Amino acid sequence: MLKITKSDYEKILKHAEEGLPNEACGLLGGTIEGDIKTVQRVYLLTNIDESNEHFSMDPKEQLAAIKDMRANGWVQLGNWHSHPESPSRPSEEDKRLAYDSSIDYLILSLQDREHPVLNAFRIQGHTDVSKEEIQYVE
Amino acid sequence: MFITVTGTRKEVKDGLTLPELIELENVETPEYVTVSINEEFVSSADVASTVLKDGDSVEFLYFMGGGC
Repeated sequence: MLKITKSDYEKILKHAEEGLPNEACGLLGGTIEGDIKTVQRVYLLTNIDESNEHFSMDPKEQLAAIKDMRANGWVQLGNWHSHPESPSRPSEEDKRLAYDSSIDYLILSLQDREHPVLNAFRIQGHTDVSKEEIQYVE
Repeated sequence: MFITVTGTRKEVKDGLTLPELIELENVETPEYVTVSINEEFVSSADVASTVLKDGDSVEFLYFMGGGC
């Protein structure tokens, strides 16, 4: 289970909406206790592809986020990106480029702008996709 | 000599090359990992010829990308 505050969810949503029509992306840092991952900070990164169909995180921002997590005693729980015009599920490209099987991959769909959908997935071996429950906390 | 790898200080042999370190650290899918040394990113063309120095700080970053 992945726990995230409503406030952090709103930050992701705002960054994704501000990034339209392009995909937006970022990282999640936090703690792990047993099966429960708790997001402590969301990192809003730049999609250097500037595309509505692809994203690549800015490696400099990625490095800064990793260092911030480490300085705070957190780990990288996962990454997130938006799908401006498609559902909240890993695309074939998402699966092909999922190189770290230890983290969660969150996808925020803005296909229905009035009803955004955020899902978390684990991706093993670029093919095996399983959904992880997200719990929203205050 | 001592270097720092993803935040952990380690003793390694003098003249360790970056490919040797990648192997030592069991970096998965290194072709999709970006390496930085002392905050400077190493271009893929330079990885093979890079020799580490005492005090270097090395980071391995997985490429993060995808599409819809």
